Amino acid sequence: MKKKMAVLLTGAMVMATLAGCGGGEAAPAAETAAPADEAPAAEEAPAEEEAPAEEEASAEEAEAPAASGELITVGIINNDPSESGYRTANDADLKAAFTEENGYSASFAYGNPAVGNANEDQVKAAQQFIQDGVDYLLLSAADTAGWDTVLQDAQDAGVEVILFDRTIDADEGLYAASIVSDMDQEGQTAVDWLAGQGLETYNIIHIQGQMGSAAQQGRTKALDEKVAAEANWNMVEQQTASWNAENAQQIVQSVISSGKEFNVIYAENDDMAKGAVAALDAANISHGVGKDVIVMGFDCNKWALEELLAGNWNYDGQCNPFQSSYIDEVIKTLESGGTPAEKVIIMEEKGFDAETITQEDVDKYGI
Amino acid sequence: MANSENAKTSSAGSLKNLVRNQCFIPVAALLLLAVFNLIADPSFFRITLGYNSAGNPVLSGFIIDIINNGSELAILAIGMTLVTAASGGQDISVGAAIAIAGSVILRVLCGGNARPETLQAPIIVAFLVACVVAMLFGAFNGVLVAYFKIQPMIATLILYTAGRSIAAWINNNELPVISDPRFAYFGGFIPGIPIPTPCFIAVACMVVIAIVLKVTNLRLYTQAVGINQSSSKLNGLNPELIKVLAFVILGLCVAVAGLIKVSRVSSINYSVIAKDIEMDAILAVALGGNALSGGKFNMAASIIGAFVIQCLTTTLYKFGVSSTALPAYKAVVVILLVVVSAPTVREYFDKITKKMKLSKEVA
Repeated sequence: MKKKMAVLLTGAMVMATLAGCGGGEAAPAAETAAPADEAPAAEEAPAEEEAPAEEEASAEEAEAPAASGELITVGIINNDPSESGYRTANDADLKAAFTEENGYSASFAYGNPAVGNANEDQVKAAQQFIQDGVDYLLLSAADTAGWDTVLQDAQDAGVEVILFDRTIDADEGLYAASIVSDMDQEGQTAVDWLAGQGLETYNIIHIQGQMGSAAQQGRTKALDEKVAAEANWNMVEQQTASWNAENAQQIVQSVISSGKEFNVIYAENDDMAKGAVAALDAANISHGVGKDVIVMGFDCNKWALEELLAGNWNYDGQCNPFQSSYIDEVIKTLESGGTPAEKVIIMEEKGFDAETITQEDVDKYGI
Repeated sequence: MANSENAKTSSAGSLKNLVRNQCFIPVAALLLLAVFNLIADPSFFRITLGYNSAGNPVLSGFIIDIINNGSELAILAIGMTLVTAASGGQDISVGAAIAIAGSVILRVLCGGNARPETLQAPIIVAFLVACVVAMLFGAFNGVLVAYFKIQPMIATLILYTAGRSIAAWINNNELPVISDPRFAYFGGFIPGIPIPTPCFIAVACMVVIAIVLKVTNLRLYTQAVGINQSSSKLNGLNPELIKVLAFVILGLCVAVAGLIKVSRVSSINYSVIAKDIEMDAILAVALGGNALSGGKFNMAASIIGAFVIQCLTTTLYKFGVSSTALPAYKAVVVILLVVVSAPTVREYFDKITKKMKLSKEVA
């Protein structure tokens, strides 16, 4: 009899455990992502179903931080940090800001177009974060489309979504705030600065970025409008170098070889400005402050700002990668029960003039 | 039949041989572009001797631009031709491999500091390390292709996707900038010599490969493996080794091209350096009339093919073709050239001319 009882009891316990597993799986599905932790977690979960699994959470928080009291959990979905100097700085800034010391527990995911479909990978990562029950989802989407369903899921799960750097085509109600650069404004600031130089005629070599990218469109728009509007602004050459220094070098070489006159190089990023300058140097055309050709770049790489400081270039427009402080502010507002004053927050972005730039600027804003 | 063939050779033989020659199509394309430019704007051919900002003499002009900027592609075409001939497939990872080689060069020169005041190692050491690394990656591709019998395009897809991330990782995701002017010599000008250095490097590579093909059995073995792997094996060759060797040689070409690329701007951008160059390199091989399915190859034709591509790019830049339309123009010209130089099309034309000759004789 005793034996039978024991068998029955064991059977019941096994059943209970299995049932527990089945029930538990729906809530913290994070375990599937961390197979190593799966076994012990699954066994203990049903026993402590009601009690907050604090110790558990700390053990596997790198993967799936459950709401563990003081720390605010954020899931950050970004693009591949090696994509550009901008992205590297952006990623580093976020990693430095969302630390435990600052009251955050952050997980990162990246979409890398070189490895797969960046946007799809990002969507998957977002779904994972939502299942993990993060408090905030920070998103810099690779693509503008395809986010409605995920954001709806996030809203249903009570996860606040904050967009940074890039906007998406989705209903405004689906995200709490969007912190972006205004590329049109960047272009306008640069063109206004150029207009302020008071040249008699502007013969411009315009080196564009990857056609269709937001940065290219914004930075091109202002210049195109100005050239169309002013009689003394001429476009000597307008060509895409796809963000590539070497292509820019070839384009400028080609203009020099054809003997066309020009006095402004408007390159849509620093790399391309650098390539253009290499072509100028080879042809002994002077450039920089008070010289024959005005050189303009964007993105404020540290080395580019040093070129400004040395007077070799004239202007560098900032594309601010430091969104973390803005995001932090939005989160603090939301945590205290308020709503951010504006849905779309446009970051302050500077344009640096070689004549006024200082070493502090280089150290502070260089990326 | 044999008699008539002989008779023909003596009469119109020289012209026919010329047309039959594999170099004919790329050379004709080059001449066509040249004539087009001559008519449109003769200044295309003007070469001027000037001085650069450092006060050194430099030659400039479109022709110099083409030879200068086409150097990397010509060097890559050498390796790509061998890989194509031996494996019957193409390596699509050369752009990513250039990023790795360039990154290695900068890593060694900078010694981990992104903005070194002085070079941390001699340039030759950095270059040799890059050669070793690039050849190892080439061997990796080669082993996948030769021993694991993976389609070359799929095997090299691995490095194609991972390469740029590896390149970024080598330098801790930093973008090193080298300020030492000596490093810029390789992609620019050596003081006192007005011809761009990449031209010399490219010529050196061509001479080396010409000598190698002349004195060693590389050409014979490669073609044998490409035409029929099993029969080459029966004849005592080691087809796997030959294939790996082709990929390793391409790796060496990649390291040389990488040096030129990073030297041109004394810096690197992992995501855009040598972007899509693999496609241009494959195109150069195709333009050279080499069968992309492997077998016989003509190295000179591939190299000329590389310069055709560069000549086309420079011509389009010169005429200020709008940036959005540029790829379309290029595509049209490329389609024409590739179709005309395709082995099957050439055979077809051969047949037609033979028929015409034959009917004439009958008449």
